[in-house]
Amino acid sequence: MADLSSQDLTARYYELEPHHHPEGASTGLGFWVYLMSDCLMFAVLFAAYAVLGNAYAAGPGPKDLFDLNLVAINTGLLLVSSITFGFGMLGAYRGDQGATLRWLGVTLVFGLSFLGVEIYEFAHLIHEGAGPWRSAFLSSFFALVGTHGLHVAFGCLWLVVLAVQIKARGLVPANLRRLACLSMFWHFLDVVWIGVFTFVYLIKMI
Amino acid sequence: MAVTGPIETSLLFGRLTWAAIPTDPIILATFAVVALGGGALFALLTYYRLWGYLWTEWFTSVDHKKIGIMYMILGLVMFVRGFADAIMMRLQQVLAFGGSEGYLNSHHYDQVFTAHGVIMIFFVAMPFVTGLMNYIVPLQIGARDVSFPFLNNFSFWMTVGGAVIIMASLFLGEFAQTGWLAFPPLSGIGESPYVGVDYYIWGLQVAGVGTTLSGINLLVTIIKMRAPGMTMMRMPVFTWTALCTNVLIVASFPVLTVTLALLTLDRYVGTNFFTADLGGNAMMYVNLIWIWGHPEVYILILPIFGVFSEIAATFSGKRLFGYTSMVYATVCITILSYVVWLHHFFTMGSGASVNSFFGITTMVISIPTGAKLFNWIFTIYQGRVRYDLPMMWLMAFMLTFVVGGMTGVLLAVPPADFVLHNSLFLIAHFHNVIIGGVVFGTFAAINFWWPKAFGYRLDVFWGKVSFWFWVVGFWFAFMPLYVLGLMGVTRRVRVFDDPDLQIWFAIAALGAVMIAVGIAAMFVQFGVSIWRRKALADVTGDPWDGRTLEWATSSPPPAYNFAFTPVVHGIDAFAEMKEAGVPRPTSGFLPIHMPRNTGAGVVIAGLATICGMALVWYVWWLAAASFLALIGAAIAHTFNYNRDYHIPADQVAAVEDARTRRLEA
Repeated sequence: MADLSSQDLTARYYELEPHHHPEGASTGLGFWVYLMSDCLMFAVLFAAYAVLGNAYAAGPGPKDLFDLNLVAINTGLLLVSSITFGFGMLGAYRGDQGATLRWLGVTLVFGLSFLGVEIYEFAHLIHEGAGPWRSAFLSSFFALVGTHGLHVAFGCLWLVVLAVQIKARGLVPANLRRLACLSMFWHFLDVVWIGVFTFVYLIKMI
Repeated sequence: MAVTGPIETSLLFGRLTWAAIPTDPIILATFAVVALGGGALFALLTYYRLWGYLWTEWFTSVDHKKIGIMYMILGLVMFVRGFADAIMMRLQQVLAFGGSEGYLNSHHYDQVFTAHGVIMIFFVAMPFVTGLMNYIVPLQIGARDVSFPFLNNFSFWMTVGGAVIIMASLFLGEFAQTGWLAFPPLSGIGESPYVGVDYYIWGLQVAGVGTTLSGINLLVTIIKMRAPGMTMMRMPVFTWTALCTNVLIVASFPVLTVTLALLTLDRYVGTNFFTADLGGNAMMYVNLIWIWGHPEVYILILPIFGVFSEIAATFSGKRLFGYTSMVYATVCITILSYVVWLHHFFTMGSGASVNSFFGITTMVISIPTGAKLFNWIFTIYQGRVRYDLPMMWLMAFMLTFVVGGMTGVLLAVPPADFVLHNSLFLIAHFHNVIIGGVVFGTFAAINFWWPKAFGYRLDVFWGKVSFWFWVVGFWFAFMPLYVLGLMGVTRRVRVFDDPDLQIWFAIAALGAVMIAVGIAAMFVQFGVSIWRRKALADVTGDPWDGRTLEWATSSPPPAYNFAFTPVVHGIDAFAEMKEAGVPRPTSGFLPIHMPRNTGAGVVIAGLATICGMALVWYVWWLAAASFLALIGAAIAHTFNYNRDYHIPADQVAAVEDARTRRLEA
């Protein structure tokens, strides 16, 4: 580098010009990594269900307890809610605040309906004497499905808070970023539910 | 006093009664000392009106450097507690011979060994490595802060919250008597009905949230915030090891979270995950917790490998030998650390095939680790070696760690493990690698980066006193345990019959006393250095002829780290800049975009701590109230859109001009 003047050297080794840091550039990746860590939590719960899923302890088993029609309805509710959230995102990217909020509202209704059906299912099981303390099978069932339900409940709360923030500040970049995160979260829960539907309910009913 | 029989709970205080306050004179004396010390500290801070300063400059700070230093302080404070437990165990075991029961009853002794393990791993070693990564990584990659500065502050306070919960168990109720991993059914509600295991659970859950978030944060920081030109294969080795460590954190701590949550359900709700009846499977707990636990030991040691790589290169005055192989070795260890967990319980009885698989994978890990050792040795070979304190620790580490590694390979042989499982041989092995590795490495790092953090070096004389007492003390304290383990002495034993064993425990106790002197000398070293900081001052910002970017800025670095972001053209970016004679830019400063401090982290973590304590004591109304408040505070924080500001250019210029004058003086 002997041929470089000291000014050139400084310019080669330091960024002297102002440059723009896109705000929140790390948020997407950060939220993905978080989702993967959450995915791992579900993986452990699935593993627990795989290990304990046949430990009925002389109590009721899946065929005595599960009502596939009810689960099918619930699956439908959650899958449709992912689609409606997608419409909300499309509205947000168009900059159409009204459409975004309307679709978020629809998504919330589907999410709450899903939770309602799940709470009904749980209450029914407990009423039948098949609570989480009855057997290891039921412990792992309630833990896995309940954790998913807790996530959906948290998603609903987040959705309400974000709707208020969009209402107050509009579709500013910060809110769009949050909306994208919530959208990933919501679709992630859908994916997990497909796993739950398949491995917790369907397989056990065959 | 152990509480036995049915426990009464009241609506207002849960199961908290006057009986929860211990009457053991040892604990009362400890409490008196802690209360006096804490009271004196509180009074001094109030007298000198430091609370406001601490709150605005430190507690609410989102500056990664200050958070890093606070992590190190937390680690040091908890280290004193963890070591107090250690020396109590050494004393008990050397006394309890010839019909003597020693001075600790079993209820107390079992808490001591459990607390020692929990504190040393979660609240000493973890804060040390997290603190180092927090402080060093953004500087090494030429960044101004981490990706999520608020999250960083919040993570730290969650770790503190966990430590507070664990410490509270000393003076209120009891701690777990289960060993540091709390295996069921012993940790179930039937065998451990009182608060001990609940303290364990909630302490670790609160701290675990912080660890996971901090892992995500640093991982994203390293991926996204590197200076221009710093490709992956130009990252400093410490940053590489930090990257792998944080991958491990993100991919293992959720397993711990769920495992402890399932144990919680067993204890609080009456589920049957790990119970001995109704289909529960206690060995599933052992599997799950080690699926977290084995990566955890690599979470601790990998950053230390990075520390020693930086030290070997710097103090040998040349590039690290085999940079590429060092990176690949680190990545190999990262992956392999997930396929060895079963070696912690070969005796479970999974059969010869399964045990062989895990035995072989365990032995395979010694290959990349061996490669690292050869790289360090070849870095030193024909280097211009300077034996400053960090280099001395490197030497002690290499000699000590190799022994620990080899006894580990020995334990990886399943038939040998059947003899040595849960013996003092195992205890000697993992202390050999954790003290010889993580602890020595942390001290090397403190001596190495202290001048960067504070602008003056550490005193050499007291550093050497500490070094020699530590290293010699370690060998005296733990080599006898290998001997005892080979003779069949198992871990966690309180009273002994065979008088022939006593001499070995006496030697080990002597070693522990030497380590105590080493620790005291280290604190003296800190004190003397602070006292003599003018004489030890370093104005260059580069006292060791460093090679990586953290040495390119002043010591201590300004809040914004670098006035101009460095541009990287190769490995050892700063060494290259020095060789090329790059002048430091002294004009043309621009405003710098920085994150704003916030108290939200302290508030939310404080509420989480209260919630944890309420759950320990079955104070349901308080648990519900603090949980709702926590959610509310978190939501309120999301309504704060005003999270950053610009340091004006003239302020940057003033700081940089002051440095220019110091460099010229």
